[in-house]
Amino acid sequence: MPVLCSSCAEKRAVLKRPKTGHSLCKDCFFWAFEEEVHQTIVAAKLFKHGEIVGIAASGGKDSTVLAHVMKLLNERYDYGLELMLLSVDEGITGYRDDSLETVKRNQQQYELPLKIVSYEELYGWTMDAIVKQVGLKNNCTFCGVFRRQALDRGAIMLKVDKICTGHNADDVAETVLMNVLRGDIARLRRCTAISTSSEGDGVVPRCKPLKYAYEKEIVLYAYFKKLDYFSTECIYSPNAYRGYARTFLKDLESVRPSSIIDVIHSGENLSVRDGVKMPVQGTCNRCGYISSQALCKSCVLLEGLNRGLPKLGIGKHHRLHGKILSQQPLTEKEERKLKAVDF
Amino acid sequence: MCQVDEDYHDQLEHADAPSVSKKCAKCKEATAAVVIRAGDTYCRDCFREYFIHKFRAMLGKNRIIFPGEKVLLAVSGGPSSCSMLSQVQEGLSQNAHKKLRFLPGIVYIDEGGAVGQSVEERRRTVAELRALFRATGFPFHIVSLEQVLDLPGSVVTVAPSPSEQPASAYKAAVDHFIQNDGGSRLTPQDEQEASHPDVQESHTQSLQQLIGSAKTLTAREDLLSTLRHHVLVHTARTEGYSKVMLGDNCTRLAVKLLTSISLGRGAQLAQDTGFSDSRYGDIILVRPMRDYSAKEIAYYNRMFTVPSVFIPGLDTMVTDKASIQRLTESFVTKLQVGFPSTVSTIYRTSEKLQTVCRSSSTADLFDRCLLCMCTLDTAVEDASAFKATQISEQLSQTKSPGAPRTETQRQIQAPAESESTAPTGQCCSSGGGEDCGRAAAAGGGGGCCSSAKLPETTNLKSLMCYSCQLTIKDMTSVERLPQYILSEAQRRQRRSQMREEISEFLLDEGDGGD
Repeated sequence: MPVLCSSCAEKRAVLKRPKTGHSLCKDCFFWAFEEEVHQTIVAAKLFKHGEIVGIAASGGKDSTVLAHVMKLLNERYDYGLELMLLSVDEGITGYRDDSLETVKRNQQQYELPLKIVSYEELYGWTMDAIVKQVGLKNNCTFCGVFRRQALDRGAIMLKVDKICTGHNADDVAETVLMNVLRGDIARLRRCTAISTSSEGDGVVPRCKPLKYAYEKEIVLYAYFKKLDYFSTECIYSPNAYRGYARTFLKDLESVRPSSIIDVIHSGENLSVRDGVKMPVQGTCNRCGYISSQALCKSCVLLEGLNRGLPKLGIGKHHRLHGKILSQQPLTEKEERKLKAVDF
Repeated sequence: MCQVDEDYHDQLEHADAPSVSKKCAKCKEATAAVVIRAGDTYCRDCFREYFIHKFRAMLGKNRIIFPGEKVLLAVSGGPSSCSMLSQVQEGLSQNAHKKLRFLPGIVYIDEGGAVGQSVEERRRTVAELRALFRATGFPFHIVSLEQVLDLPGSVVTVAPSPSEQPASAYKAAVDHFIQNDGGSRLTPQDEQEASHPDVQESHTQSLQQLIGSAKTLTAREDLLSTLRHHVLVHTARTEGYSKVMLGDNCTRLAVKLLTSISLGRGAQLAQDTGFSDSRYGDIILVRPMRDYSAKEIAYYNRMFTVPSVFIPGLDTMVTDKASIQRLTESFVTKLQVGFPSTVSTIYRTSEKLQTVCRSSSTADLFDRCLLCMCTLDTAVEDASAFKATQISEQLSQTKSPGAPRTETQRQIQAPAESESTAPTGQCCSSGGGEDCGRAAAAGGGGGCCSSAKLPETTNLKSLMCYSCQLTIKDMTSVERLPQYILSEAQRRQRRSQMREEISEFLLDEGDGGD
């Protein structure tokens, strides 16, 4: 006796929703998934009519599904948005150049303009070169920091009003857990926000329309809609600290499927005691990007790379900002601490 | 690099391996006996001093326990609570430097019925603990968890808290106490042994059925800890204690923090893991052991022979993935091995959190969860995880069957759904809110209204916070819940109906009183 879809009760169910456990047919699932994203967008008032929105596309499943759903909803509900694809080339051979092919294919399929910015042209360093200097342990810090700035620079070049990224529920939950483990109270407060609230020049607000969509449902959606994407893990990721949070979250999900949303709910309802020191938003003295220190993180990281001191930027380095700004040389002791550890 | 004549201009860094022959880091004289962290070596006496000092500092820093107050020590028999007991003994002894000044009592809750221990085993454990308690000289009470079935409804109501004492009052109180020669009043009283009649078999069975009605181990553990707290608070109230000391140590609290986050208790983190927990109003729960890691406690107990009794719990010897609590515990302990600062970092994060106080009046029960007594966090804002869950539930349920599934019809339905901001207006157990009504009207009825088997579940859910709702969802039937919870639920519902009737005439929002 085939199981009927619990929504339309007519067609046979072909999948079980990871989020709620209900069995649904293909069309009802598409409908539910798209509708949820639409509700998220409407409830959080993410977009205004007539805005130019850049979709951060990496060629992976999240951004492919995001591009597809955004285009679909834009037409179905008449958001009135002008959509564009924005992609970042970190210079990881064997990983990024393949996924960029997917993005180019997406561009043709959805007929959206595409802009690719690369680390090479923005910073003068590719990730491969960075990993050669830094080693395999802290390289995700470099990639993440550089990518955010790259997205912003690309957005300014494209003249978009907003960027939307494909962060899904699993990503947000992992971030909450990671910030608790790292003791990063400032980020803990901000990380569940659906859109960044920064205003000012040089900064484009970012939002996450897929915030409440489970990763598994995104894959299900892409599978049944026959969307094509590139699905390999970044070759440098196995040693990232985030991996621990991810394994834990996956285990949590296997014990109780609603855990992912529960973690997000917890993150949204956290409140920090008054009197806890929080960083204040300012601008970088060198490049003008937003920063809570004298120098923004990417300037510090770049400085470290250019001087051959890759550990500058990992760990505490506020005291050295003044020295870096005024181009003073660092003492020998400081230099030694910042050099890479030879493997 | 390996040349014979090479000069090393730089200083070579030594790797400091902790060795047994090292000197104590503190007094630098005696040989180190214990290594707490890398680089933190102590000799026996310094360690003892350090341990005792931490306890005093914790109590002294948070000036919550006033002199002459009656404090109930919740001892489970495990190493942390027995260590706490010995610290209190130590602090109250005559020759202590700056004696502690409160009146302790001990309570032990016998949970053997819920865990599945035999009557014989329970009797044995109780006898062991009784001997332990007698040796301390403090009044002790041995209570069985079965008592939870007979608790009065006052347990799940918030009693008005005594007026907030300003910090300066503490100093004044201490001085006053010393002047009146309070020392004589604090000699250990003659042991008042609360008689502990054997528990009735039927009660044990009811308790087992209650615990058994929760299908997952996660829900069971959650339920058990809630009931335990209720019994603690009730004992404190009836025996006249105003504070309860819990023996949670740093490691356990770090695990509890992560577990609470995973269970959706983000809003209540500060109360679950902070030093003081005032959700019950008149009884305040404090956690003086929260600065001690499990390792330190283990060392101390062994070196200074603090007696403790091992009692199996619900999650003894289960696999890692049996429950969220167990999973988190194994995750944190494993991570601690690779990153030794994990537990202390998590602990420090917990110190920076606070509870949102939405309504200042503690007597306004509409704001409190029925089970855990914390402020409700289910106010459905437009863009929140809770709302997203509700929407998902609605979208995956039967709408009016037989209606043509055209795009336009869906479009019409969609905006209406987003207006359902009533936080809990689910009319049937699967939560198909307005759709359910529409379906019934369309003559379909479908699958949603037919499941009238658990109307009570939904009613209870509306009175609970997010994570207690999850616990209830895992229970097959809520009828097994103790009577005091069910009747309190009905009372609140009646009151809420009353309020709805007169809502347009009420001027102040939260002025319901009780």
